[in-house]
Amino acid sequence: MTTHPETAAPGAARSASAAAPAGAGNDRARTATGGGPTVFVDTVERAAATPDEFQPYTELGLRDDEYERIRQILGRRPTQSELAMYSIMWSEHCSYKSSKVHLRQFAEKAPRSDRLLAGIGANAGVVRVSDRLAVTFKVESHNHPSFVEPYQGAATGVGGIVRDILAMGARPVAVMDPLRFGAADHPDTARVLPGVVAGIGGYGNCLGLPNIGGEVVFDPCYQGNPLVNALCVGVLPIDRLQNKAAAGPGNVVVLLGAKTGRDGIGGVSVLASAAFDESSAQHRPSVQVGDPFTEKLLIEACLELYDAGLVVGIQDLGGAGLTCALSETAAAAGTGMRIWLERVPLREPSMEPHEILASESQERMLLIVAPEHLDAVLAVAEKWGVPATAIGEVTPPGPDGQSGRLVITWHGHTVVDVPPGSLADDGPVYARPMREPADRILLQADRAETLPRPSTPEELRETVLRMIASPNLCDKTWVTEQYDRYVLGNTVLAQPEDAGMIRIDEESGLGVAVSVDGNGRYARLDPYQGARLALAEAYRNVAVTGAEPIAVTNCLNFGSPEDPGVMWQFAEAVRGLADGCAELGIPVTGGNVSFYNQTGAVAIHPTPIVGVLGVIDDVRRRIPMGFPAPTHPEGDLIFLLGETRTELSGSEWAWVTHGHLGGEPPRVDLARERALAQVMIAAARDGLVSAAHDLSDGGLAQALVESCLRRNVGARIELPEEFRAESMPFVYLFSESAGRAIAVVPRGREEAFTALCAQHEVPVTWIGVTDGASRALEITSQFTISLDELRAAFTATLPKLFGGVAEAA
Amino acid sequence: MSARIGVVTFPGSLDDGDAARAVRIAGGEPVRLWHADPDLHGVDAVILPGGFSYGDYLRCGAIARFAPVMESIVDAARGGMPVLGICNGFQILCEAHLLPGALTRNQHLHFRTRDQLLRMEAVNTPFTNNYVAGQEVLIPVKHGEGRYVADQRTLDELEATGRIVARYIGNPNGSMRDIAGVTNEAGNVVGLMPHPEHAVDLLTGPSVDGLGFFTSILKHVAGAPA
Repeated sequence: MTTHPETAAPGAARSASAAAPAGAGNDRARTATGGGPTVFVDTVERAAATPDEFQPYTELGLRDDEYERIRQILGRRPTQSELAMYSIMWSEHCSYKSSKVHLRQFAEKAPRSDRLLAGIGANAGVVRVSDRLAVTFKVESHNHPSFVEPYQGAATGVGGIVRDILAMGARPVAVMDPLRFGAADHPDTARVLPGVVAGIGGYGNCLGLPNIGGEVVFDPCYQGNPLVNALCVGVLPIDRLQNKAAAGPGNVVVLLGAKTGRDGIGGVSVLASAAFDESSAQHRPSVQVGDPFTEKLLIEACLELYDAGLVVGIQDLGGAGLTCALSETAAAAGTGMRIWLERVPLREPSMEPHEILASESQERMLLIVAPEHLDAVLAVAEKWGVPATAIGEVTPPGPDGQSGRLVITWHGHTVVDVPPGSLADDGPVYARPMREPADRILLQADRAETLPRPSTPEELRETVLRMIASPNLCDKTWVTEQYDRYVLGNTVLAQPEDAGMIRIDEESGLGVAVSVDGNGRYARLDPYQGARLALAEAYRNVAVTGAEPIAVTNCLNFGSPEDPGVMWQFAEAVRGLADGCAELGIPVTGGNVSFYNQTGAVAIHPTPIVGVLGVIDDVRRRIPMGFPAPTHPEGDLIFLLGETRTELSGSEWAWVTHGHLGGEPPRVDLARERALAQVMIAAARDGLVSAAHDLSDGGLAQALVESCLRRNVGARIELPEEFRAESMPFVYLFSESAGRAIAVVPRGREEAFTALCAQHEVPVTWIGVTDGASRALEITSQFTISLDELRAAFTATLPKLFGGVAEAA
Repeated sequence: MSARIGVVTFPGSLDDGDAARAVRIAGGEPVRLWHADPDLHGVDAVILPGGFSYGDYLRCGAIARFAPVMESIVDAARGGMPVLGICNGFQILCEAHLLPGALTRNQHLHFRTRDQLLRMEAVNTPFTNNYVAGQEVLIPVKHGEGRYVADQRTLDELEATGRIVARYIGNPNGSMRDIAGVTNEAGNVVGLMPHPEHAVDLLTGPSVDGLGFFTSILKHVAGAPA
């Protein structure tokens, strides 16, 4: 190489040892590592010479046929380091080997979008939102680490997704966290939830990223396997888009960021690719430890490098660490790579080559840099106090269109010599057996619509208070006040609003809105419809703020793919989501699959989490969810958009009051969702609506309570004729029919608003007025509850479960 | 010529951009200052913004006080230059002994973000002259270590000499005597746990009550003898 790697930042690079090359006939190469004990190194030469040596591939999660394929690819047995690399890259988590055949639908069925600048396969999808700006977003799981070590697991989940966004050339601007926990009153939830929440806050707050939304859902199916998903949104000038290809032979491979330690070794392969059992506690050392301060510096350093045009390619180091970054960057360019592994700065000098390659130490990025820019790159890194080390160089592709080789040496010994594509792209692909679970017919026959319902005003009143105090519907301030939503000064909407909204251009007011949603119960009843319902809800949540939905990301949380029932659920959910996106006309831009979410033989509810990104030309026109102080003495007008049917199966009511899950989830009509979105976008643009709130879990009652309490404004609601008899008031208030929202329209604009609804064929019903004086929610001829009583019920639950917060000293 | 207000960026500063924006909205000229550069570039006043300087790994503000820029700021402050420390900036000013007392872990041990009601008290400082004593303002707090503590004598003295800048109405962190902000004896150095820079625009904040801190310093600079 033309620029010697030793020109790395002072004190950062370990000097390359002049260890003697392994001599011929020296069948046990030995080397000293940093003054530590002499360790055994399994070299390529030695592997060729000892074909029959036993290798613990089964323990590393590889099957017999997979191991055989590795031997075929290499023409010999793999070295210890190579075996570690294949076992990680071919693990479920990294290779998507069980999901790949299904995920193809996202690309095949994707609607054409001229906004898409980078899609599936990139670190995160990128969509154009103006002539100058693009937005990238992605959601990822960190479920297993967060159960083992809640604080660090959740913290590094945030760190990991932020680096994905950073790797696209974007400045991360916001995070969100969809969370699932076991029963709210289970003792272990009191261990997991506070740790997860503190970890998300501890990392995100210190990184300076506003947390603008997410979900907190409790269900016993997540008891031994909570879901901690993390979403990040980033913004970039279109011409700053980065890619991961290690192009240009002779270019320098630079490792930027934290030193490499033993944390997280085998994290993804050990943790994310096998179900939990009693030995979970032994996995604790496999959880990575986060350092948000270093990540903050890493962000600033990378952005400065991008702006100065100093980077050819970049990839974050996350799951599978260097192994993944080296093989993917080389494979993406078809080039080879030559790495001097002893140059990697280590926290623990005794680390062996396979440990360095497998380490999941956080806060690291891999850069591909032209040799003439290396000094400038190191200077930027030094300005931000981030270690940077040249660890190798890009080598040419092979002859005849073949890819190059990834060659890694350790003190002069060649420990890895593989085609990078065999690690990154050519992992095994399985069409796993699938079978509809046998109990599904019985489950669907057991409909919640047949359960006894409240029918008197007094029963209905009690039901409202009980429902809003239930763990899934109650106020989540206990969680969200531990997150900074103000930092960066561009947060226009944040939780508990339907979607988070961030201003991305202070001049024009251009902004983006994001919502993440999922409903495991619906997906358990029908994974195809459940995925479409999740998509519909996230889409609707974005639309009711006045933003136009333009892109989809997803995190698919499921049980073991080796269980044909789970595999069927997965296939159905993917099909549902892909079909749904095609119907809505917005593409899936990326996502993540998390399998093996189960305890013993029992899988979680299939839980597809869907994130939708929307764009709004001017955030000053956003529609908030809370009822505003009325502009007229008689109150502003409240309308219900959409149709209410008797749909109680899978509902929060059936679960809370009857512990019931059965029947079929609410119907989804995506054409209707699209029409509803058109109405809301036009209403925001024309200033017809002063507040709007999506209806989902808990139905109309929940939406009314939340809208009242947000700004302490009461409301009087009149039930339509057909919902006044017997238990129909209950159905109107608690049905979870999809495709609905409430909207507040100032007097004088109602004709324009209802005409707009008619134009888009969206059913619209006037249901009542806001009331600035009553300080109560009144359902005419049913009941009245004061806002104080509602608030007391709504806010008490989580502090009671997870500890009140002390007030004055 | 509008007042030049320095905003320092330490490694780990997070609200530096917000503070600069607030200065701009108030009509001033923000000047970005870098922790490693002792040159104050002729600014009229300095803001130490919120964040987690150096990760706050040792003790909040404990490392930032040793930054080269801080030596210049301490000297300038002793010479009378107005200095406002917000959140982490307040912590740094305490560590630098420009302000008395210390900020410790919130009594409930959680990081807490909320829109906080405050009552303004000392309105004779360069950063509060646009408020009236007793005025109630709504300004966000967001911190894990914002509990103001000092010995009884110091607290008595702060009260007796009118050096409490603002108190919480509904204490969010267990601060002694509900103290949200204090000033030094000379009145030119102000430390404040809440974030006025997050309350300058109704689009992104709960109120515009924080703007007064930034218009106050502009008024002060404009009125100061050349």
